[in-house]
Amino acid sequence: MSNTQWETVIGLEIHTQLATKSKIFSGASTAYGAEPNTQACAVDLGLPGVLPVLNEQAVRMAVTFGLAIDAHIAPHSIFARKNYFYPDLPKGYQISQMDLPIVGNGHLDIEVDGETKRIGITRAHLEEDAGKSLHESFHGMTGIDLNRAGTPLLEIVSEPDMRSAKEAVAYMRKLHELVRYLEICDGNMQEGSFRCDANVSVRPIGQAEFGTRAEIKNINSFKFVEKAINHEIERQIEVIENGGKVVQETRLYDANKDETRSMRSKEEANDYRYFPDPDLLPVVISDEFKAQVKATLPELPHAKKQRFIEQYGQDDESASTLTSSRELADFYEAVVKNSGVEAKLASNWMTGDVLGALNKAGLEISQSPVNAARLAGLLKRIADNTISGRTAKQVFDKLWNGTATADEIIEQEGLKQITDTGAIEAIVDKVIAANPVPVEQYLSGKDKALMALVGQVMKESQGKANPGEVNKMLIEKLKN
Amino acid sequence: MYNLTIAELAKGLRAGEFSSVELTQTYLQRIHQHSELNAYVTVTDELALQQAKAADARLASGDASLLTGIPIAQKDIFCTLGVKTTCGSKMLDNFIAPYNATVVDKLNQAGAVMLGKVNMDEFAMGSSNETSYYGATKNPWNTNTVPGGSSGGSATAVAARLAVCATGTDTGGSIRQPAALCGITGLKPTYGRVSRYGMIAYASSLDQGGPMTRSAEDAAILLQAMAGFDEKDSTSVDQPVPDYLADLNKPLTGLKIGLPKEFFTADLNSDMAATLDAAINHYRQLGAEVKEISMPTLKMAIPAYYVIAPAECSANLSRFDGVRFGYRCENPADLADLYTRSRGEAFGKEVKRRILMGTYALSAGYYDAYYIKAQKVRRLISDDFKNALAEVDVIMGPVTPTPAFGIGEKLANPIEMYLSDIYTIAINLAGLPAISIPAGFINGLPVGLQIIGNYFDEARLLNVAHQYQQATDWHTHTPKGFE
Repeated sequence: MSNTQWETVIGLEIHTQLATKSKIFSGASTAYGAEPNTQACAVDLGLPGVLPVLNEQAVRMAVTFGLAIDAHIAPHSIFARKNYFYPDLPKGYQISQMDLPIVGNGHLDIEVDGETKRIGITRAHLEEDAGKSLHESFHGMTGIDLNRAGTPLLEIVSEPDMRSAKEAVAYMRKLHELVRYLEICDGNMQEGSFRCDANVSVRPIGQAEFGTRAEIKNINSFKFVEKAINHEIERQIEVIENGGKVVQETRLYDANKDETRSMRSKEEANDYRYFPDPDLLPVVISDEFKAQVKATLPELPHAKKQRFIEQYGQDDESASTLTSSRELADFYEAVVKNSGVEAKLASNWMTGDVLGALNKAGLEISQSPVNAARLAGLLKRIADNTISGRTAKQVFDKLWNGTATADEIIEQEGLKQITDTGAIEAIVDKVIAANPVPVEQYLSGKDKALMALVGQVMKESQGKANPGEVNKMLIEKLKN
Repeated sequence: MYNLTIAELAKGLRAGEFSSVELTQTYLQRIHQHSELNAYVTVTDELALQQAKAADARLASGDASLLTGIPIAQKDIFCTLGVKTTCGSKMLDNFIAPYNATVVDKLNQAGAVMLGKVNMDEFAMGSSNETSYYGATKNPWNTNTVPGGSSGGSATAVAARLAVCATGTDTGGSIRQPAALCGITGLKPTYGRVSRYGMIAYASSLDQGGPMTRSAEDAAILLQAMAGFDEKDSTSVDQPVPDYLADLNKPLTGLKIGLPKEFFTADLNSDMAATLDAAINHYRQLGAEVKEISMPTLKMAIPAYYVIAPAECSANLSRFDGVRFGYRCENPADLADLYTRSRGEAFGKEVKRRILMGTYALSAGYYDAYYIKAQKVRRLISDDFKNALAEVDVIMGPVTPTPAFGIGEKLANPIEMYLSDIYTIAINLAGLPAISIPAGFINGLPVGLQIIGNYFDEARLLNVAHQYQQATDWHTHTPKGFE
């Protein structure tokens, strides 16, 4: 073992499927999960004589992304053919962009361990996705499903600016959050809407030039990215420390075995013979178009978080949580607006009960059984003391499992808090009389004993008394 | 009635002199009678008669275009719904197109009657129709000679009266050269004038469909139906289509004709030069002014073309991989074997040669030296034409260096074959329109005159060609045995 200290250098290439209704060069639907080859038209099949026609929506989405990362938007960009043979690539070439991508230099800020770091984005270019080769259940043959062929992709290429797997994951999460904010990608990683390839190399700390890199393909979850990169870093360091050399190659991550293995070396790499696609005109982006897209840009995650801190008095953590997706932030703001309650009460419920229940059920905020209006209805009744916080949890369970509103549940179940002091007093007196032991304990200085008495009163009142009120009344009575 | 032009037939159909069904039957009969010319790959007898019947009904209702009921041949490069579309290749011998090319749709809408699909050089790569998987088409003027290519089937069909008119496509001369060698009129429109959708691509930035007819007037009628913007073809140009018949009779007084001295060198044989001189003199008599011009970049056209066209074709033909349609080899051992043998067994020699040339030109390390350089040359050639056409209205010259050559004569020497397009290729690189019209005969073989115009100036080309055809009768000659 040498004592060399190693530094990792990581760059990511992320393929985001753009959320257009139809494909990038044809009118076929992009919906996921249809029967194989039912969403592939003549153009997607690469039939003789067909021609591509660019989907303007895909261009708009690429420009949206470019503007959101402060990037240069090319006034003139070119589609090129990337030539290689593969059965799920119908034309024998992929229409992509090479020399003149639509989005140039931009950046994204990430936070790791409380520090902000700026990650450069070299470029983002439009291209078409390939189909899928299915090797299972065809008895030694390969099935081809071309439903995905022609789905628009935006390939986002970062600078080699990340120095750890943790930073890479933070960047990937940030980008994932951003594309969903912009509503240009559904972010569904299981369906392959957001896919990552990582370029990883190591070098001795202090060395200026980069080490030889390996490209790891097929890492399609945040968890796997971190594992795959860390694994690759260890592998490369081991190779070098054992006197070997890292070779430039493409490696495939196997999540089941948690290892990367060589796919092809640099020598085996294809010569893609890129050249401008003569079937498509250059994409011209006018200043007017750019301005138009800019006007439709939503509030971006960072700005939204700052606003939540200022406007709602949230701490950094809950602001981060609530702005982690646009849907969640919108939900929260709808609750505040609908209920008129203190922002703090709403954020406590959102970050606590609501997200807890969603997590447990494995649901997204958009799938929440309790919508913003129904949650607001509940919070209103907490704020106006109709029910106690404890009762509210009961009501929330019923909201979650049914369709009634909070008011209906409170009414049906008779959960309204007793505000009649006389009625409470009667119960308090009854409890003091029936529980001489805790009374004695409390009076001899054991404050904890009071809790038992409060509990008894709450029980007697079937939870409808206000615990604060009960507390106060008990102390008063016992002191006298 | 098979000697009549579209314009004449349209009158006859309306006057009730004959029906489209009768006309179609006559043509179908001639096609089968002259099958030795090998003009057709597929004859669609039944479909043609159905279409003719429908056309007769349309004519009776009064809702007809000039093409309604006119029997036409489609080059087998245009996809035709439900009809075999081979592109002259074994690769597509089993390919029934599931859709219509835009041009086919447009001609159907006009009411034209499709007689069938005509022979062509394989994937439009060739100048003699000899590279077709279906064998060489013969030139009706002398069946030992070639009709030219790649639209050789179209030219033979029109010249031998096996169709009133035909569609063709032109990437480096594939409409004009066969038109010249078969004594008919062929127009290559401005790039972007006619939709390429459904026209099987050879070299996408150069390919252009156009009419092949007996007269300029017929070309105007056919182009009228073929031209126009198509949202399915991003390279088609959204510009209104003028009335091509409107200007046909405009006098040519004051027309400025440019003759590039690079076209009239020792390479052009003296008989050809004399024939063209006579034609140009005719234009002088019609009131045109003729001046010599110079276009020094013309000599670079062939090398530039043979980088750009093969480069594009190397990608365009990748889709023929034996996976989804077309030829697939028997019992492939693995994926590489499937690709190698399917393509190896189904593509002909010339197609393979061009795919290899193009693949080489695009390869890492060669791209700049070949492809980029060729594109620069292409721009220089375009500039040369632009400058010339700022000075003159049209440019005239030969279409081919010689009349039709013998079948098999140039097959062994690809360079010599490529040189037969020496006068036509530059026009494709510039994207300009050009027309080839019959201008005389040498030893009984037709000679063509080429007229090149400015972008979207097809109406002028048709006018210039029509005026000549009003004053001469070269275009009315019929090959012996086909009268």
